[in-house]
Amino acid sequence: MSTTLKPIKGKAFVLGKNIDTDQIIPAAHLVYSLDDPEERKFYGKYALSGVPSAESGLPQGNIPLTKEGKTESEFRIIVASDNFGCGSSREHAPACLEIAGVEAIITPTYARIFYRNCVDGGFLIPFESYEDLSKEVHTGDELEIDQENFVLKNHTQGKEYKIKPLGSVADIVRAGGIFEYARQNGMVAKI
Amino acid sequence: MGMTLTEKILAKHSGKDRVSPGDNVWVDVDILMTHDVCGPPAIGIFQKQFGENAKVWDKEKLVIIPDHYIFTADKYANRNVDILRAFAAEQDLPYFYDVGTDSYKGVCHVALAEEGFTRPGDVLFGTDSHTCTAGAFGQFATGIGNTDAAFIMGTGKLWVKVPETMRFVFEGTSMPPYLMAKDLILKIIGDIGVDGATYRTMEFAGPGIKALTMEDRMTLTNMAIEAGGKNGVVEPDAITEAYVKARTNHPYELVYSDPDAKYHSERYYNLEEIVPMIAKPHSPDNKATAEELEGTYLNRAYIGSCTGGKLSDFRAAAEIIQSNKVKIDTFIVPATTEIARGLETETIFGIPLIEIFKEAGCQIGNASCAACLGGPSDTFGRLNSDEICISSTNRNYPGRMGSKQAQVYLASPYTVAASAITGVITDPRVFIQETVI
Ligand code: SF4
Repeated sequence: MSTTLKPIKGKAFVLGKNIDTDQIIPAAHLVYSLDDPEERKFYGKYALSGVPSAESGLPQGNIPLTKEGKTESEFRIIVASDNFGCGSSREHAPACLEIAGVEAIITPTYARIFYRNCVDGGFLIPFESYEDLSKEVHTGDELEIDQENFVLKNHTQGKEYKIKPLGSVADIVRAGGIFEYARQNGMVAKI
Repeated sequence: MGMTLTEKILAKHSGKDRVSPGDNVWVDVDILMTHDVCGPPAIGIFQKQFGENAKVWDKEKLVIIPDHYIFTADKYANRNVDILRAFAAEQDLPYFYDVGTDSYKGVCHVALAEEGFTRPGDVLFGTDSHTCTAGAFGQFATGIGNTDAAFIMGTGKLWVKVPETMRFVFEGTSMPPYLMAKDLILKIIGDIGVDGATYRTMEFAGPGIKALTMEDRMTLTNMAIEAGGKNGVVEPDAITEAYVKARTNHPYELVYSDPDAKYHSERYYNLEEIVPMIAKPHSPDNKATAEELEGTYLNRAYIGSCTGGKLSDFRAAAEIIQSNKVKIDTFIVPATTEIARGLETETIFGIPLIEIFKEAGCQIGNASCAACLGGPSDTFGRLNSDEICISSTNRNYPGRMGSKQAQVYLASPYTVAASAITGVITDPRVFIQETVI
């Protein structure tokens, strides 16, 4: 019996295209441990800190994902233009967004490794939109993603958009990552 | 219908007769590589998922090459190398190239080739996006994240979606004297864009490619990821075999694309028609020719990295720099210790390359990734403020080499060297006609 997936709700954070992994988490910060509960908070603090200020939090700009002095963001859903997550293979990129409190991303297209890391690591859900919504949605809009029917609702603007079903990775996303998926399918022993 | 080289390798490693683009398959992994940035978190996940005392699936197949943040006082960076060291000892890993020892190598992708891990027909994954470099040897090689690496450490397997293949054919029999592989790949990326090959294989073919050395082929495949590609490949030939045989006794299998393989698309280029290329700030697809940008102000030049810090890259730069002085701060960073030794033994008119660079006023760094990806603030050559740099590296997104105020122009070692001498962007053809025989 499959359980119903809860909607993802929260404030939007809007970005442009080709947001690469150096903008998501600048390389100088990759030294922190992801396992240490205190050290990993740095990732929440520096998530998206490499995005040029004018392009951070569109359309207005100059809005950081995480406020100065904080390690968690008020924003839950990133809406971006094409090719999100291009650049390096660093898993610190989806991890830092999750640590900052982001639960989902919506963009027309992803860079391959970033997409895969989101799914296999179970960090956050990478949804694909049919059109570029980064021009429609404003940073701070209250959004809701209906995961059962693949609809994005913008409560602030009173609009709705269809988004794409997850396709071949849906089973891994639902399981919560590659390890959970492999355990459910008997590929990896339970510990 | 036939299969491409990439499809054949994935079919064989997943125990199937054939695969088609879009299939999801679980493949057996021949080599997993990791380094000091992604190794520690991958090890953390491995231990959490398989148990504190778990052993890796095959210690002969796990290669650990610290290279990113090596010559720094940053305590977290040094702690990360300590984690690798402890893991290598605990797992008794034969292929750990430890910092501060004779076995230290430097940049992982060049080290993998030098140490004989880039073998035709194999499947190689690495926790670094430029793992696609190894496709130059007719291998399936691609970058993955920490979770996937941890999964391989425990199981020796990973799922892969079979990519479609885009074919890039270079016609012409030899490289014109002013052109380098970097110009070809910057041209392609400029044409198709930074997401022009997303989810796909980039196969480089044609007589122009067969004329390239292994080092030059690696420059091409290295930057497949800059077009979003999953992997880049070149069919193996006598040049490939000569390189591989000199470095390993391990068996390998030569795999070729079938003549009737189905491609996503094919593009044709003529070597004679390509000119020295540049990617302007802040994207590898922001293309221009060196000629168009002639005279653009610069205050930094950088030659290094997996794509632009090989011995042939330094030889090319030295051809131009010899008997000149550099006008702007110029940093030379050999990718590996083997290349660093090559700088001392390789000569032009009897003068070692390293002497040519020193005499010209360049600063020479230790083998590592150094400022290619910025790194901690004390990293050699890092752009710490609003420098305008011309670089033989592979990425120029905002902040890639340090400060997000800095600007980076990507170019071939020829173009970087010519520009270092004049202090402005300079088409290397000016120098090459004068100096290279
Ligand atoms: S040299 Fe640069 S591109 Fe190559 S592995 Fe190191 S950081 Fe990455």
